[in-house]
Amino acid sequence: MSKKELTCIGCPLGCSLTVDFDDERHEVISVTGNSCPTGDKYARKETTNPTRIVTSSIPVIGGTMAMVSVKTRTDVPKSQIFAIMKEIHQTKIKAPVHIGDVLVHDCAHTKVDIVATRNVDAAR
Amino acid sequence: MKEHDVVIIGGGPAGLAAAISARKAGVEDIIILERSHQLGGILNQCIHNGFGLHTFKEELTGPEYAQRFIDQVEEAKIPYLLDTMVLDVQSHKVSYINKNEGMVTIGAKAIVLAMGCRERPRGALNIPGYRPAGIYCAGTAQRLMNIEGYKVGSNVVILGSGDIGLIMARRLTLEGAKVQVVAELMPFSGGLKRNIVQCLDDYDIPLKLSHTVIGIEGKERVTGVTLAQVDDQRKPIPGTEEHYECDTLLLSVGLLPENELSRNAKVRISPVTNGPVVDDTMQTSEDGIFACGNVLHVHDLVDYVSEEASLSGKNAALYVLQGRLEKCEIPLMATDGVRYTVPQTIDVKTMAPLVTVRFRVGNVFKNRSVSVYYDDKRIMCIKKKVLAPGEMEQVILQKKSFEAYPELKQITIKIEEA
Repeated sequence: MSKKELTCIGCPLGCSLTVDFDDERHEVISVTGNSCPTGDKYARKETTNPTRIVTSSIPVIGGTMAMVSVKTRTDVPKSQIFAIMKEIHQTKIKAPVHIGDVLVHDCAHTKVDIVATRNVDAAR
Repeated sequence: MKEHDVVIIGGGPAGLAAAISARKAGVEDIIILERSHQLGGILNQCIHNGFGLHTFKEELTGPEYAQRFIDQVEEAKIPYLLDTMVLDVQSHKVSYINKNEGMVTIGAKAIVLAMGCRERPRGALNIPGYRPAGIYCAGTAQRLMNIEGYKVGSNVVILGSGDIGLIMARRLTLEGAKVQVVAELMPFSGGLKRNIVQCLDDYDIPLKLSHTVIGIEGKERVTGVTLAQVDDQRKPIPGTEEHYECDTLLLSVGLLPENELSRNAKVRISPVTNGPVVDDTMQTSEDGIFACGNVLHVHDLVDYVSEEASLSGKNAALYVLQGRLEKCEIPLMATDGVRYTVPQTIDVKTMAPLVTVRFRVGNVFKNRSVSVYYDDKRIMCIKKKVLAPGEMEQVILQKKSFEAYPELKQITIKIEEA
């Protein structure tokens, strides 16, 4: 069993949450410190399956801009963030690029694509 | 002299929303003047997610949020000029300069100020030391990395826990830099809670409250900084100095509404918000000049900027169509922990059925209430578990609530014991 300390992001209150966690069974035993159900839900998700959307930018070749901003299409496991960044760092893309274009398929074997979040036209 | 109905100064989130809403209110002849080579303003460099939760009920990145509004502007065929710098604004007159037209003065039946804000620079902080390379305002570093594609630094200390500083702590970490510490002068963070968790806690970056930078070392490039704890007068405490070797110092120490044009136009500026004083239609002290977005007061959420700018644009359009209404303005007073309100006055006769009054508090308060008084009578009391300077608050006033107060002289918003 282990204890984890978290800050809830459900509202500006920012409750300090303590989670008792069963490491062997990978289960939350109890959440304390929350002042509403949002805190309990957040703590359970954060301790069992924390996820984030990763955003970055990728160099564009032959575009009107040097970089195109990108994101993971959905949230990804927190533990995969740096693996995803490594693949993003190895990517360059040719202009034009449109919002929603898939720039990396199945990034770092997460089954999640990297998509463009802005348009970059080809330079004339 | 060419004349337009509504001239909008700035093509960022505020200017775009104002233009769309002015068109919806029935004004055809609108023009947006933007100094950059693209629309979207600061959102172009805010590539992180978390925008639009209120407006679109989904989580967008900054560029995606901007594009939603740019698409609407394009669809409505609202004209805009890029690479165009506005040099002067007067009542019903705007002068700008660009490559194609040179220096031009145009007439404007109504003007919407939407110029945004800029960062407080090192010069405003009086940190002793040389002036080496490697000291950036956080937003400048953000632009260099996300738009220009430069590496900003590899070993970083951040002063100030504003949202841009927090976002950049994460961004630099993902790009392979080591962010050693974020120091904050105040005993509380100026940033949103979610940013502290997702940008600092996620990457084990320590946040040192009540700490500041008291020295910068390095002649050509930053080689290190010295942090010290501060007392409750914000003075460094001798003996608490800590040295950090680093090549980069980011400053995230506040944003200043960019009101040079407003001042030239003799628009009255609030000493608290550093933005124009406005009534419930977002009109400034000058006839036909409206304001919205970060030039009015600095926001934390772009969703609120869009909402406020829509109101500003709509009222600029109504001004063009109907002319100025006789105003009977009642002042809104901010006291007892409330630093300011926007708007600063309300006309209870001509106001919309609901008026949102936004404000910030000056300190962290726990278990208090936000109270609204019509003269001496308390008419609203909202319990709050926590109020913080970093999170903008709001109350909504109903037009009908004023019916019982025909002699009303003043509305007061304050923080009270719950």
